[in-house]
Amino acid sequence: MSGGSVHQALSVAVSQAVPLPGSPAAVAPTFDLHIPSQLTLALGPDIVLFVGTTVLMLWAAWRPDSREHQSNVGRASLALVFVTMAAVVGYDLAHVTAGPGVIAVDAFRWASDLIFLAASAGTIALSIDYNAREGILAAESHVMVLFATSGMMLLAAGRDLMIIFLGIELMSVAVYILAGFNRRSARSAEGALKYFLLGAFSTGFLLYGIALIYGATGSTNLTVIGDRIHLYSLAGTPLVTVGVALILVGFAFKIAAVPFHMWAPDVYEGAPTPITGFMAAAVKAAAFAAFLRVWLEAFGDVVYQWHDAMWFLAILTMLAGNVVALVQRNIKRMLAYSSIAQAGYVLVGVVAGTTLGASAFLFFLAAYTLATLGAFAVIVALGDAGETQLDIGDYAGLWTTRPWLAAAMTACMLSLLGFPIFGGIGFLAKWYMLQAALEASYFGDAKPQVELAVMIVVTSVISAGYYLRLVTIMFMRPVRADGGAAGNAAPRAGHLTQWVVGVSVALLLALGLAPAYLVSWTAKSAPVIANRPTYLLPSSAIPPR
Amino acid sequence: MLADALFFSAVLFAIGVVGVLTRRNAIIIFMSVELMLNAVNLTFVAFAQVYGYAGQVFVVFVMTVAAAEAAVGLAIIISIFRHRHTVNLTDINLLKG
Repeated sequence: MSGGSVHQALSVAVSQAVPLPGSPAAVAPTFDLHIPSQLTLALGPDIVLFVGTTVLMLWAAWRPDSREHQSNVGRASLALVFVTMAAVVGYDLAHVTAGPGVIAVDAFRWASDLIFLAASAGTIALSIDYNAREGILAAESHVMVLFATSGMMLLAAGRDLMIIFLGIELMSVAVYILAGFNRRSARSAEGALKYFLLGAFSTGFLLYGIALIYGATGSTNLTVIGDRIHLYSLAGTPLVTVGVALILVGFAFKIAAVPFHMWAPDVYEGAPTPITGFMAAAVKAAAFAAFLRVWLEAFGDVVYQWHDAMWFLAILTMLAGNVVALVQRNIKRMLAYSSIAQAGYVLVGVVAGTTLGASAFLFFLAAYTLATLGAFAVIVALGDAGETQLDIGDYAGLWTTRPWLAAAMTACMLSLLGFPIFGGIGFLAKWYMLQAALEASYFGDAKPQVELAVMIVVTSVISAGYYLRLVTIMFMRPVRADGGAAGNAAPRAGHLTQWVVGVSVALLLALGLAPAYLVSWTAKSAPVIANRPTYLLPSSAIPPR
Repeated sequence: MLADALFFSAVLFAIGVVGVLTRRNAIIIFMSVELMLNAVNLTFVAFAQVYGYAGQVFVVFVMTVAAAEAAVGLAIIISIFRHRHTVNLTDINLLKG
């Protein structure tokens, strides 16, 4: 299949997709971000969430800790997330835009926001049940999830390295707390300590990179940086090269790309299970959203400097994540390595660096978030107080005792594997990512992305070794003599946990059968790759290095 | 002058990185991280002399965030000390595999 026909096939798929309500009419309001009142309006959904979160924080601290208060604050937090979601959808449908400034007002921002908000709604719902079972009375845990979500929304919006730095820190500091939230668990504290030390370490790299880029270009604004690098041909100068490399290391830590992943398995295993799901789904997605925007809007011209490094990062991440996941016995640890591997697939979308790559990136993140959330919801539903039933052997015979949960877990595993039909949109996400990788090779660069596409396929085969093993254990092994999670009749899942399992799996499967809407949504939401005329031309048009 | 400041901050940053990689006491590692952040602050201030106030604004943000991080980080270190009666990372090894 030639490059042209791949492109054609995809354009046809997009044009046949369900048309979105409303059209980008000329009357859509455009914010002038230099006027404070308009900047405030442009930050509308973020402000709704942040102000609401602050009020909830006061309320959470106001009353003495009790089971009832924990649950009430959790439900109020859930309501706030849904209100914010409505605001985001409203802004998206109004097709608002903005002039140059510190934040972006575009469909990419709203699409990312919706992914984060969905993940945080799921996390809060799971936490309400989980905290009640584990006897964690502090209501602040839900508010911390909201603070982290505020940071993520800033990350999706930020078009200035200052905003992106603040967003990353607002998110990370809240998640450090969440990782260590179960104060009676030594494992939780240990995970939090490791996360904190390596997170702060990586922040140092990110900041130093930002400082050098500021030194090279005189600005922290992504658009201005991109323009000046292009205008003054700064690509390849030492300050820019080192700066980009340091920012890459900083982001690689945050998304847990190999070889900067060593904190992830420990932290994911130690953290309370709903929070592990939150870190695997939302935190990773948020870091990726900022990563993609910085790379496409500011560093498009520096492609020759970062391309090879990023290419190796993607290959290593896919390989190491999937291979090491094969030997894991603890299910949270296995999913941690699986999420590392999935980050490798998402990186392919960033390496591709095209509009198609960016929309594949969003599609993949949506699929990955749903599947991860569903898988962790099943783990929460099957868990026992004290997090004891976490060995994959504990899931033996689950199909005979809890068929619905076994089926849900299977759908999530197949989705992460990329299996058609039964894996819902997981298959389409990988297909889309393959298309992006194959097409990108026609946009000219030293390394053809065909190798990345081959790597996606090869490592997907490897990943079947652990995703399908869990499915086999659930369906084909008898319930163990000591019961395990399957024979444990006591922990019935709470209603909220059942909802999270049900909704995420239903969405996975439904979107898998009717993906057109999601395709058109992600296709229109790809960020505009500004000021990059040379980068999008065929390879022959790019001057030699 | 600018080159001197940049060189000095690069050296400070490198000392911080080496500290994080070689020391095993959580508090010392945290101090090394703070050293890295302050090296970055120095870079920002040096560049701000050339480009104007944006670099100085960034320094204020970095200091604020570092203070918030210190509050959370020390709380986490206290919570692990209560469990393990040590803050030495070689002894903190429940999670592995």
